[in-house]
Amino acid sequence: MEFQIESQREIYRAEACELLSELETSLLALEEDPCDTEVIGRVFRALHTIKGSGAMAGFDDIASFTHDIENVFDLLRNNELCVTKTLVDLTLQAGDRIRSMLDVAEGEAAALAASATDITNALKQLIPTREEPAAKPPQTQRPEPEQQQEQKTFRIYFRPNPEIFSRGANPLLLFDELRQMGKCTVIAHTEAVPDLEELDPEECHFSWDVILTTNRGENGIRDVFIFVEDDCELEIKALDMPGLDENGIPPKRLGEILIERGLVSYEDLQKALGSQTRLGELLVARGVIEASMIESSLAEQEHLQAVRSKHLKEEQASSIRVRAEKLDTLVNLVGEMVTVQARLSQTAASIDHPELMSIAEEVEHLTAELRDNTLSIRMLPIGTTFTKFNRLVRDLSGELGKEILLTTDGGETELDKTVIERLNDPLVHLIRNCIDHGIEAPQTREAAGKPRQGTVRLSAMHSGASVLIRITDDGAGLASEAIRSKAIERGLISADAELSEKEIFSLIFAPGFSTAAKITSVSGRGVGMDVVKRSLDALRGSIDVSSRQGVGTTITLKLPLTLAIVDGLLVQVRDGRFVLPLSTVEECVELTREDVARAHGRHITRVRGEIVPYIRLRERFAINGERPEVEQIVITESAGGKVGLVVDKVIGEHQTVIKNIGKVFQNVDELSGATILGDGTVALIIDVHKLVQSVEMDQASIH
Amino acid sequence: MSKTIMTVDDSASVRQMVTFTLAQAGYQVVEAKDGKDALSKLSGASVSMVLTDLNMPNMDGIQLIRCLRANPSCKFIPIVMLTTESQADKKQEGKTAGATGWIVKPFKPDQLLAVVKKVLG
Repeated sequence: MEFQIESQREIYRAEACELLSELETSLLALEEDPCDTEVIGRVFRALHTIKGSGAMAGFDDIASFTHDIENVFDLLRNNELCVTKTLVDLTLQAGDRIRSMLDVAEGEAAALAASATDITNALKQLIPTREEPAAKPPQTQRPEPEQQQEQKTFRIYFRPNPEIFSRGANPLLLFDELRQMGKCTVIAHTEAVPDLEELDPEECHFSWDVILTTNRGENGIRDVFIFVEDDCELEIKALDMPGLDENGIPPKRLGEILIERGLVSYEDLQKALGSQTRLGELLVARGVIEASMIESSLAEQEHLQAVRSKHLKEEQASSIRVRAEKLDTLVNLVGEMVTVQARLSQTAASIDHPELMSIAEEVEHLTAELRDNTLSIRMLPIGTTFTKFNRLVRDLSGELGKEILLTTDGGETELDKTVIERLNDPLVHLIRNCIDHGIEAPQTREAAGKPRQGTVRLSAMHSGASVLIRITDDGAGLASEAIRSKAIERGLISADAELSEKEIFSLIFAPGFSTAAKITSVSGRGVGMDVVKRSLDALRGSIDVSSRQGVGTTITLKLPLTLAIVDGLLVQVRDGRFVLPLSTVEECVELTREDVARAHGRHITRVRGEIVPYIRLRERFAINGERPEVEQIVITESAGGKVGLVVDKVIGEHQTVIKNIGKVFQNVDELSGATILGDGTVALIIDVHKLVQSVEMDQASIH
Repeated sequence: MSKTIMTVDDSASVRQMVTFTLAQAGYQVVEAKDGKDALSKLSGASVSMVLTDLNMPNMDGIQLIRCLRANPSCKFIPIVMLTTESQADKKQEGKTAGATGWIVKPFKPDQLLAVVKKVLG
């Protein structure tokens, strides 16, 4: 934009110089023949353009200075003044002054303009004493009626002159504009339309009633009609809103509206009311008024009713602002409550007291409801985060010379406040990547038969207990071969490794990985995707990439709805208990001794034809003791595919209030926290993904 | 298909500003430097709207508007004139000639777009 303004000024300078030369020539010609109106017109035009364009290019001093000289020539043009030598001299001087104002920097131009008053004063003396119209400061349109007024309902009657079309006006656009101002009901009157044989299709015979509820006030409405106000009949009347403050008063009745509009007299109404049919039909039948008038009045009635009920609803839906810490405390308290409730249920069950059991059950229901409600308070729509990215995309695409459109979808999807806050940086990174690596330069895109403008789509939606956020671009897609060779070069995979496309794509999350040919200011240093992954892991989310070369890339982030309380699966190994996040659990199957024997010592099992590796928690956590006859495998799905976790016993679902574990365990990646069970004991929450990763790493180091 | 708007002005800087603003908003723009130029360029292209200055050499804006309104293909298109605050009578003359609306110079890009949207939709 900066550049744009500068280049605009440059063009203006060149143009003004040209005009000034022309001005000079014309003035000299004028000295020869002071009565040549053609030349006077030329001088006026030159001054006029210098003034007009100057104001637009930001040369306000020149504009205001030239304005005074222009005034003099306006008088000349209208034969109210004669050309004299002094006048020509002064104007030539003025031209020189403008030229020097063009050449100097802005601040000095102001000083020059100030010193130019001698010229303007001298010019003014030439003007015969006459009521000089007070020099109006350059005014832009009408003052913007931006100040928010209170919501008011107006009745607008609009009847354009029949020839309105011949001025290029389109009444329908006016209604569109009105509709953008607030709730709007439009009723057309067609009575004036002549019969077909007499109809001139180039004329407008409609008139309209518009009922509009807006906060822009009457002036705002008049502004809409500014271009047509001389070619139409326009009445704007504010309607009072009966019963807005006192509930229970019925809205205006049709008869009242008709009388108020002067469409029927009170007597007509009384006569009509004597009969039994509906008032509207009756009045029409009697030929007192047209049917569309009734229709319009009924529409007004309806509109007012709708506005009123909306108003009432809005009042009920008022909100209060609460400090975030208060909410955090509330969530913590609810967490404690859930824990205590679990204890209550367990105790009630163990002492087998029917009355206590029923109370415990009720408390359980209430706690669940309380939990859901409390957590929903912390939920915010993700849309606010989305809108921030418009700016990012705009700035970045400008910087990189690409044309990119960002569309968003599902901005109303709600996520926990903390999740949204911590999601910002990863999203920024992913979008930067899309713009820098994904979307090609406009020329490349055109050559590939794609639209010049690339699209980045940001969408959010619910999927079970998770929220999916997708970033889709229609760019070049990931070059799987390039990723593969880079990974081999960096020793991330062996040269003969056979990897699925998904596995190849997941390599981009390795620390320091980048295939970018050159490092740009935006990305390419290979710092980033691993950070994105780490932040998502911290949010207990996952990331998935799919891409087709030449078509585009989709990155899907899967996030839990909330961080404080999760649904977990409680399992047991000997007497230790663990919680697995239920979102990662696929199913539970049994593992018998025979199954183990069949696998010949390898930690794999067959689940419905599919081979699934497993990890024995007992071995992993070095828990002693004899394995039960039949163990359980909890099949989990994580980014790397299915992995089974072998435990002694699956206890069942558990409302897990996540507690941080102490500093001592900070370096234990496999555990994401702890929770307190109903009997007061502690269960550790397993981060399945990290567990699988660390086992894989150990295995790799063994081999 | 984006709409085409013709901007008629003898000042190159005004034309450039108008063109840049409209092109940014997704319109196609045809430039003409006076009324004559505009008429000759119109007789090939289909234009959805005309933005014209009033003071121009060769053929001024008022005459251009009259010519456009006499032309069946331009009879109903929106024509917006660029005026200055000192041209109240010119504005009236332009309206009589058939101008749809007006913009007072100097104007900002946003104001230009608001007026275009108002008359072109």
